[in-house]
Amino acid sequence: MNASRRFVALVRKEGTQALRDPSTLLIAGVLPFILLFLFGYGVSLDSTHTRLAVVVEAPSPLTDDLLASFTASSYFDVTTGRDRRAYEGELVAGRVRGIVVVPQTFTADVAAGRGGTVQMIVDGTDPNTASLVQAYTEGAIANWQGMRATERGSDATQPINLVPRYWYNAELTSRNFLVPGSIAIVMTLVGTLLTSLVLAREWERGTMEAIMATPVTAFEMLAGKVLPYFVLGLVAMTVCVVLAVGLFGVPFRGSVVALYALSAAFLLPALGQGLLISAVTKNQFLASQLALLSAFLPAFLLSGFIFEIQSMPQPIRWLTYLVPARYLIPSLQTVFLAGDIWPMFGRAIAMLLLFGALFLGLAARATKKRID
Amino acid sequence: MSEPADLVVLEGVTKVFGDAPPALKDVSGTVRGGEITGLVGPDGAGKTTLIRLMTGLMEPTGGTLTVLGHDTRTDAAAIQSAIGYMPQRFGLYEDLTVGENMTLYADLRGLPQAEREAVFDELLTFTDLKRFTARRAGHLSGGMKQKLGLACALLRKPRLLLLDEPGVGVDPISRRDLWAMVEDLTREGIGVLWATAYLEEAEACDRVLLLNEGEALFAGPPAEMTGRVQGRVYRVEGIGARRTALAHLVDEAGVRDGVIQGEAIRLLLAEGAERPPLPDGARIEATRPRFEDAFVDRLGGGPGGHSAIAAAQDAFPDDDAAMIEADGLTKRFGDFTAAADISFKVPRGEIFGLLGPNGAGKSTTFKMLCGLLRPTSGTGRVAGIDLSRQAAQARGRLGYMAQKFSLYGDLSIQQNLDFFAGVYGLSGRRKRTRTGLMREIFDFDRHAGQPAKELPLGLKQRLALAAALMHEPEVLFLDEPTSGVDPITRREFWMHINALVEKGVTVLVTTHFMDEAEYCDRISLIYRGRSIALGSPDELKRRVASPDQPDPTMEDAFVALVKEADAEREEEAA
Repeated sequence: MNASRRFVALVRKEGTQALRDPSTLLIAGVLPFILLFLFGYGVSLDSTHTRLAVVVEAPSPLTDDLLASFTASSYFDVTTGRDRRAYEGELVAGRVRGIVVVPQTFTADVAAGRGGTVQMIVDGTDPNTASLVQAYTEGAIANWQGMRATERGSDATQPINLVPRYWYNAELTSRNFLVPGSIAIVMTLVGTLLTSLVLAREWERGTMEAIMATPVTAFEMLAGKVLPYFVLGLVAMTVCVVLAVGLFGVPFRGSVVALYALSAAFLLPALGQGLLISAVTKNQFLASQLALLSAFLPAFLLSGFIFEIQSMPQPIRWLTYLVPARYLIPSLQTVFLAGDIWPMFGRAIAMLLLFGALFLGLAARATKKRID
Repeated sequence: MSEPADLVVLEGVTKVFGDAPPALKDVSGTVRGGEITGLVGPDGAGKTTLIRLMTGLMEPTGGTLTVLGHDTRTDAAAIQSAIGYMPQRFGLYEDLTVGENMTLYADLRGLPQAEREAVFDELLTFTDLKRFTARRAGHLSGGMKQKLGLACALLRKPRLLLLDEPGVGVDPISRRDLWAMVEDLTREGIGVLWATAYLEEAEACDRVLLLNEGEALFAGPPAEMTGRVQGRVYRVEGIGARRTALAHLVDEAGVRDGVIQGEAIRLLLAEGAERPPLPDGARIEATRPRFEDAFVDRLGGGPGGHSAIAAAQDAFPDDDAAMIEADGLTKRFGDFTAAADISFKVPRGEIFGLLGPNGAGKSTTFKMLCGLLRPTSGTGRVAGIDLSRQAAQARGRLGYMAQKFSLYGDLSIQQNLDFFAGVYGLSGRRKRTRTGLMREIFDFDRHAGQPAKELPLGLKQRLALAAALMHEPEVLFLDEPTSGVDPITRREFWMHINALVEKGVTVLVTTHFMDEAEYCDRISLIYRGRSIALGSPDELKRRVASPDQPDPTMEDAFVALVKEADAEREEEAA
């Protein structure tokens, strides 16, 4: 009876504070908007109209043919020249993304059946673009080879004409991928950063000490923090989803139940981590640094949100298994772009609950009714 | 079941944090119902640690604490439901209103709904906060916050009330109010523990537990403590140049301690000692001993009167030049006036004090005079230099000691000294002699390599003074220089300042601490941004003397003058 009243009192206090405190509003309200707009409008990982220089050292009908397969591609904006040195500076300055050099001997080599060699120069400091350009170039050349073989009716095996078709994200718009991912980031912000800040603030202002000297139990104190920020996290998520679908036109093909089940499961480890951080640091500055380093950045970099986990080095890939957001983001993307795939969600939720139990357990251990 | 007379029993309580020296060493004592027990001692003596141990929020390393019959190790929950505790930092939620804070604590303490209305009404009337029920706690003054904290601690009438330095950051009037409230509570049988660093508060307690560096020096009624120095405390009047006289007197055989009290000197003699020889015209008479006299006696007496730092310094020319001038200094922040039309002149070789409660405008005035804050109107001059034009040049001639420890905590003493020598433009041989001198005078060598933040409070304070004196400044600005330090350190500090003033250094000091005000030649009383009185400490005291208060203390004078100013304001408003 008393216990439940104390719990309600703590929740009510937390809610009133959250509504009146401008920093809460900033983190739970304004920051998510900024993030969502950034990923909705500002950031695009799509690659079309990449500027490419094609240097043909000795033009011939054969090289013209090859050149045409580049200019015809919508991936490239092609400039042509005779001397590669003219474009080296452009590449360094980033005005072209790659140089394809068709050497003097190319026509003769192909005619003699020795197989032509084409040189590809890309800027290795920007590996993402570099590998994209490389892949597209290879595609263009393969295309050309295929056409040539068909024209000559050669006895070589009939080339296979690949027609790619991208499912679920047919337009290959990165926004459709990034917006669901950024919803996970927003929940990390509310769950971990905000929670760790408000609890650390209670230590700094001495309210924690006053509360602890009342009959409140450690469990009530923890629960009194978890519930309000759990609700706040779900509210922030809901606002983001409405924005994503309504404003950015991201498709939503799954069910609302799946969305909330996944989000709720994710908020447990996020909150647990926030509570653990503040219980250990008891200092707002340290708590915010730790929350950014241990929750926000990994959710950004190691979750598959921006960088694909499959292309990470093996040790880093192992590391990603420790990042709760890694389990959420693919499932969220699936809810939005594909639909409900419950076996996948079930595994994700199970992992998130496991992490949630771990972090909340550690937080409970760290939150003793003792000061020393 | 009969009530135990002692609400708290401490037996050989020891608390050690890590490998630091023990915060509490073998402390024993009691807190009784129906009494105010003063937990008295300078900052860092272990007061907060001891209170936290009593609440069960910390476990003792050794010994036992029995609170309301429960062992704090095993029965913390039972203790926490029966005590009221007000930590040093209020423990209020600043975003919640007065009413909401009280409701929260009422829920947490399980105050039945039916009783609430009556209890809230009683407490809000008691603390005079009724008008502010809907105001957020963050917007209350220091005194009102303290009262709200008290109200929250009293929601479920506790049998034991633990108050951790309730008088800090509160003006003397609110402090007296608070004290009166607490006295009311003891009449209902509640036991109160009142922690304080102000020794004058100790005298008003029923019983005192005196802590110093973690050790209990005394436990018992304060009169018993002051009784130990009965007949050994004297007041010397008509002595002329009191600072020089004091320096000589404290070095006389048989003199344990001496301090300046306005125009007089207060002396504590050793047991059985003869009265020291006095110049012609001086009168000496026995006076009522105070708690502080007994404390200093217990600590082995005050420091001597020789200041090596002043001795190593050349005297400034003996003229009457105005070294600090404030002329109509006014500072407004938006529509809030922090300081209004403050004017005074401090001639060379004078100690001038700005006395007032926190938030009165002392620091604002102070910052305008060091050129750290640009006045909205009016001018300030230091050593004749206009601060609005050549602030940097003026700052080169003044030494500044900030209230909070503002040295680099991660640097060692030597590194801090080197840094400040560098900042003030000292180099080569001069730098080496000055830093060497500071090390020797302040006895830094034992700690020279230790990071400054780990030093004991007294040593930090010495280091701050050494840094401010590095470049032999003509003018010294001291912001609450000795609040919270032990009386020996405070005497040592003023011994140096007094000797420097005799060499022609001019001192401006801000304080809310009445004892510190006694060292000043003249005081300006700052209240709500205005100077409401200006004069020597004795003049101010005389001004408020009345038949029922023939010999007012500095605090009495302060309270009376502030009430007078409030009455005038109300008249003006009417």
